[in-house]
Amino acid sequence: MVKKALQSILMPLIAIFISMIVGGIVILITAKQNPIYAYIALFSGAYGNLMNFATTLTNAIPLIITGLGVAIAFSSGLFNIGAEGQFWIGAIVATYLGYQIKGLPWYLHIPFIIVCAMIAGALWGGLVPGLAKVYTGAHEVITTMMMSYIAIYFSHYLLEGGPMMDKGTIPQSPLIQDSAKLSILVPNTQLSSGLFIAILAVVVVYILMYKTTIGYELRAVGFNMKAARYAGINVARKLVLAMGLSGAFAGLAGAVQIMGVQHRLYDSFTSGYGYTAIVVALLANNNPIGVVIAALFLAGLSTGAQEMQMQTNISGQLADVVVGLIIFFIAIEELYRVIMEKIKTRKSKLEPVGGQE
Amino acid sequence: MNILSIFTNPYLWASTIAMAVPLALPAIGGTFSERAGVVNISMEGIMLISAFVSVAFSAYFHNAWLGLLAGVISGILVAYVFAWAAAKMYANQIVLGMAFNIFASGITAYLFNAIYGPEGTPFDTPKLPDVKIPVIDKIPIIGQILSGQNVMVYIMFVLIILSQWFLFKTTVGLRLRAVGENPEAAETAGIDVVKMKYLGVILGGAFSALGGAYLSIGVLNSFSPEMSSGRGYIALAAMIFGKWTPVGSFLASLLFGFATALSYTLQESSISKNIIMMLPYVVTILALIGIGGKSVAPAADGIPYRPKK
Repeated sequence: MVKKALQSILMPLIAIFISMIVGGIVILITAKQNPIYAYIALFSGAYGNLMNFATTLTNAIPLIITGLGVAIAFSSGLFNIGAEGQFWIGAIVATYLGYQIKGLPWYLHIPFIIVCAMIAGALWGGLVPGLAKVYTGAHEVITTMMMSYIAIYFSHYLLEGGPMMDKGTIPQSPLIQDSAKLSILVPNTQLSSGLFIAILAVVVVYILMYKTTIGYELRAVGFNMKAARYAGINVARKLVLAMGLSGAFAGLAGAVQIMGVQHRLYDSFTSGYGYTAIVVALLANNNPIGVVIAALFLAGLSTGAQEMQMQTNISGQLADVVVGLIIFFIAIEELYRVIMEKIKTRKSKLEPVGGQE
Repeated sequence: MNILSIFTNPYLWASTIAMAVPLALPAIGGTFSERAGVVNISMEGIMLISAFVSVAFSAYFHNAWLGLLAGVISGILVAYVFAWAAAKMYANQIVLGMAFNIFASGITAYLFNAIYGPEGTPFDTPKLPDVKIPVIDKIPIIGQILSGQNVMVYIMFVLIILSQWFLFKTTVGLRLRAVGENPEAAETAGIDVVKMKYLGVILGGAFSALGGAYLSIGVLNSFSPEMSSGRGYIALAAMIFGKWTPVGSFLASLLFGFATALSYTLQESSISKNIIMMLPYVVTILALIGIGGKSVAPAADGIPYRPKK
């Protein structure tokens, strides 16, 4: 048991380590700078002082919540790679309700937005891709991806001269009401009480997945769909539920991002949180606690990358390169097994039975 | 704008074909890959890498053909790594595809910034030539649609026919398909399963790379980050819609190409361009949920296979 837990931590660590080395080589070749200085700039930019750490935490919030959603889908054997779109749908709903509804106290306004954004995310992520998967066999990888692009173009439509555009020429929505804003935890940063929502979400998902029948059934479907069906679990319904839950959390993340950080919807093309959340879930091996650690690491990577860009002039997109490499080196876990076996056989060759003496 | 005049405009049909190219090529590539039992969603990333490499070489050597060659080689190299991880390391192919796509979008954006900076690719980067077809060029309407297209359009037509022939009329094609249907039986019959998977994935990489090069040095002579914008995924849908055949993939790509071409044509109308831009993605979902008949994937598609030996 302990050995297994160690292995599940060791694997991502090895993958991260190798990826940093490869990233360092890229820095060395393309920027002709010392990668160690670059990485020091990156890590101090991510965790070096309270302000930087608060920024990392701010970036970790949407990753934690979306990552939980993706992990639910993964645990159930589904690849929800369209969390980005579900995130946007949540953000759109939160923004609209945030500025349209006036006069509500915050303790009603915020929960109302949260519920609506979660429902919207669930419908976007669950209904179409989930039902399509169950009834027609359409692979969720493609449907969720397509739904993502539709969501993003939909937000463009709403903002570029559309119904949600604010007065003026900039494609952005009006600001949400004060009653819809989450309070700021650390002055002069964007770290909001969304952090507590993220922590609550972790607890809820942990209990849901590991302490309830539904969670058990979802994981059973993910573990072996045929066996689950044989055991009398309604697999089709569980698949739709898993996609719906997955979308609900991505939608929640979008809402928290609007209420806690952005306070309005911009016409920026993509948040990227939905994609990084996939990496979060993979690194975490779908474990809710692991999601927090992985999100803190990846948020640090993107926060630190900006700092690194300012200090060393190395483009922050290097973070994506490292992230891609990390997943790659996790995916080829077989390689480590092969290497370990080779080492073992060599050892046994070196030490003949009975020993030397 | 008169709705009918949109559809009688030969430009719409010419651009339908032009828009189908960066979908049909990766879709056919995906067909090779999945016939050999490997699901490769990294076609999106391979397109992006090839698009960048093509532009960089085209600009540096001032020769678009060298750019194309370099792009295809880059696609083959990336696909080789994918094939190794999928066929030899039995990696989860979807996870692998995600890794490649994130890596591709990062490395191309990174190198784009590192090499070209905010100015972007040089204005005088050569692009692949447009070609006038002698006789057809003179025919009204047909000439406007089929002649004067980019050279990649005609390369695509040749490749469609070659691919269909290769996959269904040659021994190697038969072996490739056998591996995707039943690797155990194929192995028993003496087929090198791993080799066939390599072949399928690498062909897939080469075709996707052609599609990527077309985006950067065929349609345009420049690169921008994320310029593949989901075409690799749409191509997968086209491949499914086309029932895992090269000709079918092409016909399905025409449908998506039409949706894209229409979205560009209608931009001049009063409908918001963003609503119309959703069209290809909506069409993809409709196609996937079986409008146009059910299609069945190769039986062993996406399942890692461990050789018995």
